[in-house]
Amino acid sequence: MSEPLSALNGASSSTGIVTVRELPLQGMITLRGDMGAPALKKAVKDAVGLKMPALGEALSDKGKTACRMSPDEVLLLCGYGEVAASLQAAQDALGNTHSLVVNVSDARAAFEVSGPFAREVMAKLCPVDLAPGRFEPGMFRRTRMGQVAAAFRMPAADTFHIICFRSQARYVFDVLRVAAQPGSEVNAF
Amino acid sequence: MSERLATGGRLVNRDTSISFSFNGRTLKGCEGDTLASALLANDQMLIGRSFKYHRPRGVVASGAEEPNGLVNMGEGARFEPNQRVTTTELFEGLTARSQNHWPSLEFDVGAINTKLARFLPAGFYYKMFIHPRPLWKHVYEPFIRQSAGLGQAPKEGDADTYEHFYAFCDVLVIGGGVAGLQAAHAAAKSGARVILMEQTAVWGGRAVVDGGTVDGAPVDNFVEQIVSELETMPGVTMRTRMTGAGVYDHGYALGYEQLRDNAPEKEGPRHRLWRIRATRIITATGAIERPLSFAGNDVPGVMLASAVRDYVVNYGVSPGDRTVVVTNNDDAYQTAIALNYAGLTVKAILDARVLAEDSPVMEQVKALGIRVLMGHGIAAVQGGKRVSGVTVCSQSGEGDVVEEIYCDTVAMSGGWSPVVHLWSHCGGKLTWDAGQAMFRPDVDKAPTGVDGAPFVTPAGAANGMMSLSEILSDAHSAGQSAARGAGFKPGSEKAPVGESGTEAPMMPVWLMPQRAPYKLRSKAWLDYQNDVKVSDVQLAAQEGFESVEHAKRYTTLGMATDQGKLSNINGLATLAGAMGAEIPQVGTTTFRPPYTPISLASVAGEARGDVFQPLRRTPMHDWHDSNGAHWEPVGQWRRPYAYVRSGETVADAVNREVLNTRQNLGLLDASTLGKIIVKGPDAAKFLDMMYTNMMSTLKPGKCRYGLMCSENGFLIDDGVVARINEDTFLCHTTTGGAEHIHQHMEEWLQTEWWDWQVYVANITEQYAQIAVVGPNARAALEKLGGLDVSAEGLGFMEWADGLLGGFECRVYRISFSGELSYEIAIDASRGQAFWDALMVVGHDLGVMPYGTETLHVLRAEKGFIMIGDETDGTVIPQDLGLNWAISKKKDDFLGKRAQERSHMTDPDRWKLVGLETISGAVLPDGAYAVGTGTNANGQRNVIGRVTSSYHSATLDRGIAMGLVLNGPDRIGEVIEFPGTAGATYRAKIVDPVFYDKEGEKQNV
Repeated sequence: MSEPLSALNGASSSTGIVTVRELPLQGMITLRGDMGAPALKKAVKDAVGLKMPALGEALSDKGKTACRMSPDEVLLLCGYGEVAASLQAAQDALGNTHSLVVNVSDARAAFEVSGPFAREVMAKLCPVDLAPGRFEPGMFRRTRMGQVAAAFRMPAADTFHIICFRSQARYVFDVLRVAAQPGSEVNAF
Repeated sequence: MSERLATGGRLVNRDTSISFSFNGRTLKGCEGDTLASALLANDQMLIGRSFKYHRPRGVVASGAEEPNGLVNMGEGARFEPNQRVTTTELFEGLTARSQNHWPSLEFDVGAINTKLARFLPAGFYYKMFIHPRPLWKHVYEPFIRQSAGLGQAPKEGDADTYEHFYAFCDVLVIGGGVAGLQAAHAAAKSGARVILMEQTAVWGGRAVVDGGTVDGAPVDNFVEQIVSELETMPGVTMRTRMTGAGVYDHGYALGYEQLRDNAPEKEGPRHRLWRIRATRIITATGAIERPLSFAGNDVPGVMLASAVRDYVVNYGVSPGDRTVVVTNNDDAYQTAIALNYAGLTVKAILDARVLAEDSPVMEQVKALGIRVLMGHGIAAVQGGKRVSGVTVCSQSGEGDVVEEIYCDTVAMSGGWSPVVHLWSHCGGKLTWDAGQAMFRPDVDKAPTGVDGAPFVTPAGAANGMMSLSEILSDAHSAGQSAARGAGFKPGSEKAPVGESGTEAPMMPVWLMPQRAPYKLRSKAWLDYQNDVKVSDVQLAAQEGFESVEHAKRYTTLGMATDQGKLSNINGLATLAGAMGAEIPQVGTTTFRPPYTPISLASVAGEARGDVFQPLRRTPMHDWHDSNGAHWEPVGQWRRPYAYVRSGETVADAVNREVLNTRQNLGLLDASTLGKIIVKGPDAAKFLDMMYTNMMSTLKPGKCRYGLMCSENGFLIDDGVVARINEDTFLCHTTTGGAEHIHQHMEEWLQTEWWDWQVYVANITEQYAQIAVVGPNARAALEKLGGLDVSAEGLGFMEWADGLLGGFECRVYRISFSGELSYEIAIDASRGQAFWDALMVVGHDLGVMPYGTETLHVLRAEKGFIMIGDETDGTVIPQDLGLNWAISKKKDDFLGKRAQERSHMTDPDRWKLVGLETISGAVLPDGAYAVGTGTNANGQRNVIGRVTSSYHSATLDRGIAMGLVLNGPDRIGEVIEFPGTAGATYRAKIVDPVFYDKEGEKQNV
């Protein structure tokens, strides 16, 4: 079988006030269920080795991440090649507990925005309070980016990881480049 | 004449000269000038012509309220009309042209209108041009459009870029004068996050020009100190050149930041629209001086007293050599003093008031030797393109001239109006302050937020506070109270103490002289830009336009680009006078955002060019693009309509693709079709409710075509449902339906059947889906090798998971074309590779990709319906002969009850049939069939319409589907469809299945 291709084949741009790059394909699993139930907590633990994230939280360790999408949904991130195993581990933990586990790795594209003005570029497109102290590593937000749905977290200071729908990857990349055009520093944060 | 003074001008740097051009003439200004001050420094008082009478217009104000000084700015892709010279900062190479005149600014033919003014009163256009009716559209309007209008429309696309910025704060302070600075300081001291914005390039507002002391020191020292303190305070964001454009519900406000209007050579966006969420908003927006209404108050050289002072103090520019000050208050005396200090002549101060004793400022003026005439005013201004003098009269009389004074400038002051716009945008009410003759915010009726508490606090002059001491203490408490409202605890620090001279009370003057006859009233301007005079408003009242909103629209008072910043209060006071009513009874018109015009491009922000709107792309998008795709928008997706080869028309390509798919092998990118996973113990029960068919009886491994209706019974979507296992289904939706059908399912699960154990997920984009269609489809898949795709191994309407050519995939044996067909779902990241593999194995089997139009033709030949063609939101499945897909066994499904209503079971509902033109031509899509007789409106009765129409390459003729009255009972009848341009199409009603009615081709 051929090598899998991400939506933009790893496009990147650093001509503006931040660096924008498409992240390589990663494993993504949507898990829906009663997040208070022990089986769901175990499923997260067994699939990515993390505890259940609280609302608005993204927990990361050893290259794996658990993001809380909504009261009854989490998104688990792992290596692209690890999906089948993580999926199986989650399913085994869930047993007959009513839930939904599904591989969405190919349904998404992911981008990294980095640099001292990363917060500002994001704040031009997302109606989110991105001031230091208001949004920090460990937090997770589903929102709107320009005209499309997006979700993001900060894996480190001055760095954002964004997830969007794969079909909209080109738009997200382009709109980030527009927002990062030279000379557009806001100097607000 | 107006000119640059030898010294002075606190905002200009005389060492840096800037050249610019006006009407093609190269002029010099200084760094720090506005275009207005630079024009005045070059003795260019005449700047444009008014809208209706083409009267000469000069600068009247010094800020955002300017109604007259509008120019066409820039050239080519940076051209913009109606730019205010008073708010345009001068830059090297600025080019400006005057507006609304022909052939030239100095000599304008349209000025004949002013001679005809007697015949062009308020409402003239309404009265004159209403008869005869057709002439309006074809004669009057084009003519009026030609002669009216101020600036020109740009001819090129905008070369600049624009953006948005989302900001959040506890306290937003709009206005960077002393009130805004103090309010921001008081709020920030409590620890609140503060955004402070100022529309001009400098902090401090009017106070620095008007003088006074703060805590014993000059006011400019105070400004300097508080600005530098604020700059170092944590959590304070300060922006100049940013206008508070609007205040909206829930503490939402717009800040319009002009980044490069003063320096176009800089890189980056031109404007940035700040979209701010604030817990509390302080409007420290100051006040605007009012003109006085006397005859000839629109002649260039008549200016607001405060503006005259601003030009002298801020820019070192003298508006004229000999000035007459006319006033009803003490404030204008400051102008006389400023002119005197600058060495200019003040011929007289005409004060409409009669006071028992002199106020301190009067004494000061008299000590300077300036003549003061109490109880007097201007009877008329003399001069055309420039003031040459004034005639003086008693304010209480009818305008009998007592003397003439030669002068070139008139500095007028009718008192001050607080800028209440932003307070009012979101519902803040006003109260009439009779003592100061002004509307000020009624603080008991503030705009309220979600918690019911006021979220806007006015501060300083914007709150009707007119002395420096009042302004500072009001702003301090506004800052503290806003911080408190945002949940912070203000400290105990006291407001700084401001001191300015005590003033004698002003006296309202709405007409000068008080009993001015028609001759004078018809020359006394209220709205300079739209040419509305005192006599016009009085005429409107006389003709019954008593509501201020009606009078405004009838006269156009306050409807110009300045939105009546100078004219509104004078206008409504005139209206009140004409009606014998009190001013508060007449009330104001509604203040709406934006406060001053903002660029439309800033509203669009980044959404232009490539990112005007998101285009959704499938994993094979680039391949389609480089293989001749003629694109079709389907929702936000772009899908290939056809793959056009060189030498082909689009229609040729479609015909080729249709024939090839029927004869050999076609590939369709079907990735855009919605795919929704439905899982849970109650999934089968849930789908029985969502679809009209029975889905619970579907066996794992099998597929079933299903119809989905709204609760009103109308068909909303269709698609193939595959049962994955006992509690999991995969539902295909239409391309446009994926998101809203997912949402539809979630809504029913969350709001009605919340106790059902079902989860859904939209996994549309996880897969690339490719339809492999045609007699050679099986051979192609067998060449790839792997999964058994034989008729026995994978029967019609079955699915299987497996490997094809080494690719993990899921194969559905379903057909929307009537051909042997497989739809193959593969992980999106391998979609292109799999497509490539199919093209390779298909090479010897006659493979060609086909687009959406071929898909349409193939399905129409088979009589398959398409959501959005055969349905339009008013069509039920029974109309389309789909009764077979409506379960009779189920107790309920969405739409069942609605479909039993009398109108839905009416035998006269139009029903689906096929249509074949007698000539073989293609029927126009959407054409109506006519019956006999006429309806109540005298129109021909209609008996049906075309829902889909194509040229069928397979049958080499036009085929169509349509909804026709009693259609299925009329097979064989010929009906008429009138087309455009007199053509009429005759078509025979036939069965909607045109091709392979037995379905033999797909069952092989």
